[in-house]
Amino acid sequence: MNGPGNLDRRQILAGGGALIVSFSLSDAFAQDQAAPAPAPAPAPAHPPKWIGSLKETPFLDSWVRIDADGGITVFTGKAELGQGFKTAFQQIAAEELDVPFKSLKVVTADTGRTANEGYTAGSHSMQDSGTAILNAAAQARALLIAEAARRLDVPAENLRTENGAVIAPDGQRLGYGDLVAGNLLHIQAQPESTLKDPSKYTVVGQPVPRVDIPAKVTGGASYVQDMRLPGMVHARVVRPPSYGAQLIDYDAAAIEAMPGVVKVIRSGNFLGVAAKKEFQAIKAMRALTASAKWNETARLPKQEDIARVLLGLPSQDSTIFERKNPAAVGLKTIEATYTRPYQSHGSIGPSCAVGHHVDDVTTVWTHTQGVFPDRAGIAEMLRVPPAKVRLIHAEGSGCYGHNGADDAAADAALIAREMPDVPVRVQWMRDQEHGWEPYGPAMVTKLKASLDDSGAIADWNFEVWSNTHSMRPGGAGSLLAAQHMAQPFAVPAPKPLPLPEGGGDRNAIPIYTFPNAHVVHHFIPAMPIRISAMRGLGAYHNVFSIESFMDELAIAANADPVEFRLKHLEDSRGRDVIKKTAEAFGWKKGQKAPDGRGYGFAFARYKNLAAYCAIATEIEINRETGCPRLVRAVAAVDSGQVVNPDGIINQVEGAIMQSMSWTLYEAVTFNDTRITSIDWQTYPIVRFDAVPQSIEVHIIDRPGLPYLGAGETGQGPAAASVANAVANAAGKRLRDLPLNRKKIKDAIDV
Amino acid sequence: MTITLKVNGHDHQIDADPDTPLLYVLRDDIRLNGAKFGCGLGQCGACTVIVDGKAVLSCVTPVLLLDGKQVTTIEGLGTIDAPAPIQRAFMEEQAAQCGYCIAGMMMRAQALLQRNSKPTDEQIRAELEPNLCRCGTHMRILRAVHRAAQLMDTAELSPSLEGSVQ
Ligand code: FES
Ligand code: FES
Repeated sequence: MNGPGNLDRRQILAGGGALIVSFSLSDAFAQDQAAPAPAPAPAPAHPPKWIGSLKETPFLDSWVRIDADGGITVFTGKAELGQGFKTAFQQIAAEELDVPFKSLKVVTADTGRTANEGYTAGSHSMQDSGTAILNAAAQARALLIAEAARRLDVPAENLRTENGAVIAPDGQRLGYGDLVAGNLLHIQAQPESTLKDPSKYTVVGQPVPRVDIPAKVTGGASYVQDMRLPGMVHARVVRPPSYGAQLIDYDAAAIEAMPGVVKVIRSGNFLGVAAKKEFQAIKAMRALTASAKWNETARLPKQEDIARVLLGLPSQDSTIFERKNPAAVGLKTIEATYTRPYQSHGSIGPSCAVGHHVDDVTTVWTHTQGVFPDRAGIAEMLRVPPAKVRLIHAEGSGCYGHNGADDAAADAALIAREMPDVPVRVQWMRDQEHGWEPYGPAMVTKLKASLDDSGAIADWNFEVWSNTHSMRPGGAGSLLAAQHMAQPFAVPAPKPLPLPEGGGDRNAIPIYTFPNAHVVHHFIPAMPIRISAMRGLGAYHNVFSIESFMDELAIAANADPVEFRLKHLEDSRGRDVIKKTAEAFGWKKGQKAPDGRGYGFAFARYKNLAAYCAIATEIEINRETGCPRLVRAVAAVDSGQVVNPDGIINQVEGAIMQSMSWTLYEAVTFNDTRITSIDWQTYPIVRFDAVPQSIEVHIIDRPGLPYLGAGETGQGPAAASVANAVANAAGKRLRDLPLNRKKIKDAIDV
Repeated sequence: MTITLKVNGHDHQIDADPDTPLLYVLRDDIRLNGAKFGCGLGQCGACTVIVDGKAVLSCVTPVLLLDGKQVTTIEGLGTIDAPAPIQRAFMEEQAAQCGYCIAGMMMRAQALLQRNSKPTDEQIRAELEPNLCRCGTHMRILRAVHRAAQLMDTAELSPSLEGSVQ
């Protein structure tokens, strides 16, 4: 097709040199490979070869489409979850294509339209999708210029782009829409792009207002919860009262006679009801719940005992890091055990989905984080090929990981199939979201370290016990509906998530340099409580443990906690965020907080390969009640090249608030059969009375360096910083999360 | 049962069981998106609307009690093109992450600002106590309410400004 006079697009993208049809994976992965070593990352002389999800979905027009009328659409396989990346992607594409920000549209995850980018998780959206869009846009622009050069018979170097057009030296303009004819962008991307010089950026790096906020503050239809399809009915499910309960009996006839009820759906232990109006569905669900009889068999562990239970379960043990230097000798040894309970995602809006089964194809609108994997699970559940199921992402309430979203999508699919042609909206009730979501796993860490005669850490031992941190679908057995239906699917065998990112062992390897270090991951396959991915995965507890223990060691060494960290840290970008935070907080060696208050500090690089974050906090403790309150927090974050500074600040502020809430208040509760934390009374989270006076987030921009994401980087450091401030204020170290009022009071009173 | 409900200045004839909470009438019958279902238990504030000037949890307020009352939802404050001061303030402060809690926050703040145009920071915090946000947008929400108070102040001084309160 590259006949005479035609554009040799590949050659153009290959920089006029050799024709490169495929590219080496080692190039594409160079960034990942460099990552696990906690060594300082020197600024590269040229832009690194990072192309994100283009490596799996290489056609440019999977990412950027330009219509003949000049309209431009950017496609991402990631799902907007309230992180604001839709705006950031639009900025990246506008910048690289030289078009006005407002002239672009961004289409998010849809199995019928976008690339398969797996899950929107792990702070990967900017790295995977943002990087793909950056490169696809840059390569598209190069092709547009080349096509214009060919048509105008002007050397490409003499052309420039502006406002959606290529402009010749004599002022002639060729609009992008005119230039794209004939599948210009249907070509595989090349491993390297000629990117705009970051110093010339006008859109990237700016706090462009989020595109979704105007509708959200004026009552626009923004969420899947707001969908209203013609003829749509409302469905509710009746979940079993406990894990594994068997449905013995229920009164279908009485329920079907209720006003508005269209259908009662039962398949095995799956029970649901659909009605014309939403409140009719709720009333019918209540009646159905009252009439249903279950045989409950669950035997849950003792909640107070969960750490001991975990330590007693069989585990697969692996040493994930080892360093030996016999020359370093520890003189003073300390040990500590840290524990975390099960914690809830606790989305404000319970999970919701709309299903529509027409002509053998089931379409589900869902706020899942992974339309493709969830489609695979739902197709398996329905026992149909994946092509018979389409999942379209629609926003939901913030999820912070794997909450009830996928399960609600499966509920909608199962019920919709029972009611062909009728759109079905399923929304969970509050107790269902709280009681059935897969929680963030309980964890135990044991640490032991010795200090040498100079007060430096001579050896470091870290062991973590944890379940997996992802039971996301892919297989039907991950979905509640598939577990409960007749001919059910078994829960798939859990797998530990591989390093370098890891799951239970995420951030278990210290970023600090210790002469001797030994890190063990005890992966526990048995899951007494339903769990899956929650913001930060194991990094939340591991960073809480490491950074609490660093403070314990600093105290034992009589050292300032900030100095003590710097003394053990080589990574220069890490040192920079620590110094920035300390300076902005006004951290001083030998400082003493006012009476009843305490200061805390903590730092981590998320996954040891993503964004850097250091957080300093001030906590106040009410001596009478033990009640802790975060007074202020100061953070510095290095997330690589900044696309939207306000987006990063928003994410880190949110992470600090949320992690503070997890750390001070939150634990899933259960008795020997049932989950008992089923609403906001039984699972309290932060309210406005505990909101700090200020949260300050400073960004260290790294122009031209890879995007590192920012969604989860604050989770671990915030927890440890708060814990260290509590210890500083209370004069006692608490190691068992949450550090709630009662535990603090007991500690003070001892 | 049929009742007459005045929502955002318009009369609606609603055919619903008297025990139906206002939330479902707003969402299902009148097809408004602003009030959200969060808990249905009066614990989170996602469903907050204004009834006769007061912030009310619509998920636990039976429609039966509302005959003849004035209900205002976020849609009644302003529009995307002509936002009310509180809507402008939330946009300008970028006070949302997922945004699911935000309409409820705004309605409660709006009710406060209607009776007290210059609330202190403590008063705003105390007022917002019933409303939960899981994304941790609290600092921005507080800033947005302060900004809304200022904008409303300026709006009063210069009536030509777009986006009036109700
Ligand atoms: S939905 Fe009404 S208070 Fe939660
Ligand atoms: S912005 Fe997501 S719950 Fe408040």
